[in-house]
Amino acid sequence: MIAIFKREFKSYFTSMTGYLFMAFILFFEGLYFVAYNVTQGYPHFAYTLYSLNFVYMIAVPILTMRVFADERRQRTDQLLLTAPVTVTQIVMGKYLAMVAVYGIVCAISALGPVVLTMFGTVYLAGDYGMLLAFFLAGSAFLAIGMYISALTESPVLACIGTFGILLILYLISSIASMVPIDAIANVLNEFSFSDRLYSFTQNLIDVPSYVFFVSVAGYFVFLTVQSVQKRRWN
Amino acid sequence: MIEVKNLTKKYGEHLAVDNLSFTVKDGQIYGFLGPNGAGKSTTMNIMTGYLGLTDGQVLINGHDILEEPEEARSCIGYLPEQPPLYMDMTVIGYLRFCAELKKIPRAERTQAVEEAMSKTGIEGVKNRIVRNLSKGYRQRVGLAQAILGMPPIIILDEPTVGLDPKQIIEIRDLIRKLAKDHTVILSSHIMQEISAVCNYIMIISNGRLVASDTPENLMKQQQTASSLELEVRGGRAEVEVLLREIPGIQSVEMQKSREKGAVKAIITEEAGADVREEVFYTLAREHHPLLKMNQERVSLEELFLELTEEAASSQKYDPRSKRRSAKRRFGKAAEEKPEEGVEEAEAAEELVMADVEPMTQAESTGEEVSE
Repeated sequence: MIAIFKREFKSYFTSMTGYLFMAFILFFEGLYFVAYNVTQGYPHFAYTLYSLNFVYMIAVPILTMRVFADERRQRTDQLLLTAPVTVTQIVMGKYLAMVAVYGIVCAISALGPVVLTMFGTVYLAGDYGMLLAFFLAGSAFLAIGMYISALTESPVLACIGTFGILLILYLISSIASMVPIDAIANVLNEFSFSDRLYSFTQNLIDVPSYVFFVSVAGYFVFLTVQSVQKRRWN
Repeated sequence: MIEVKNLTKKYGEHLAVDNLSFTVKDGQIYGFLGPNGAGKSTTMNIMTGYLGLTDGQVLINGHDILEEPEEARSCIGYLPEQPPLYMDMTVIGYLRFCAELKKIPRAERTQAVEEAMSKTGIEGVKNRIVRNLSKGYRQRVGLAQAILGMPPIIILDEPTVGLDPKQIIEIRDLIRKLAKDHTVILSSHIMQEISAVCNYIMIISNGRLVASDTPENLMKQQQTASSLELEVRGGRAEVEVLLREIPGIQSVEMQKSREKGAVKAIITEEAGADVREEVFYTLAREHHPLLKMNQERVSLEELFLELTEEAASSQKYDPRSKRRSAKRRFGKAAEEKPEEGVEEAEAAEELVMADVEPMTQAESTGEEVSE
């Protein structure tokens, strides 16, 4: 697993993908930081992070689209699947490599509130609570993207598919508002990542949302393992 | 040691591997011979645990590939049909990754990588990016990956594809060297390739094992019988009676001739017998002029095509009819190319016998082999 993790992590930085992913998120983060925190003097960094939740739709597929689809296309999955490692180890190695790349983004973001403390009082607990939510939500999206990549042989399809799913998740509260049956609307709302992230901007540490993000990530990692296993039996 | 028992693999309705059973003993070079689509790669992919199987069992050194996958896989070095290379890595980076993946202890890794590189002759390109390598070099990097850490069993799917003749010879030498302390299984659709290096040949067609023996045995069987095709002026019955009296003839099959007043006869000789002169004198004595006499000779490729087309087209597998029609066709091919070299013809006949041998087995056990 460590071998796969190391290789994957390195490959994100020998190709453009890792840099592109990081640059994309950090560019928008910087933009909002300047707009909200610097220009308008808003002391709450969590709000900047919350504004970024549309960025996932494009950033996540950059990282995930090739993760399994390309292995299959290049037939390198034959190397991995005939090596003395389990499928779970392969999937975890790859997933953790993506999470690590995303972790770098979050580590850089962690500087935001520190910068703000130089200018006044900052709600550090709320900001870092948000940052953790931002990290976990992103990790859940990466798991979704990885699963979609494991379903296809084409990175382009994986990219479009992931974008589509994330777009639906982004719009889900609007979709829910159009559903006339309250029960269904409520269930749909539970899946709204942006609503969950929004609660963190109110200086709340919403533990159930952490659990939700981690559960989604775990579920899709599990599905990825199953999907890779299943393909061998077709 | 590898034991494959009743291996069956279905892709939907398509039967890719059909009840395949064989045992691979240690320290030998085994050759899988079969045309594209015969099930070679599928079988290898199943043996290495890449694909699941529909039915049957694969044991690698006593470990079931499905129940103890890690133990079984750690005994195997595998080079798939398309070398599984990461295009964005350097050769040495890639091999280091493979060494770690194969759980070679850290202390031995560098040495294992060096050894694999020197054996496959890729030290000169070790710092280059795989993407920029030629096909031959990529193949060698794939091979280096397979022999990395010197696993007891090395499985190579068409290892010499894309190599130039000099490299092919090098790879063959390497395979022979490896076989001193490893079991090597390689596949090919080229007979010469297999007969050049293998101690044991397994011929697969349509997912079934149609022959398996040592090249020497296959040669021996080839000497036990060969056939002659004659065209003789005269009546069918008379000629047949005359021919049957000649000692050393195992069987006579009469056919129509295109020429008027003539017949065609296909004679199978007994082991080691050469009845050509006797046939000539006998027929001459009885005033049946011999119009044509042909010893069956056919090029390897033609023969191989025949064998495999036959298997592909036959819906119901009937060993007897296959045997006969195959012989007829070889005869025809021989007419068109009477000037084939002796060596080639011998090898070709070796293949004929290879085809015949397991059928007799199938007949004797009375087992019904169907598509």
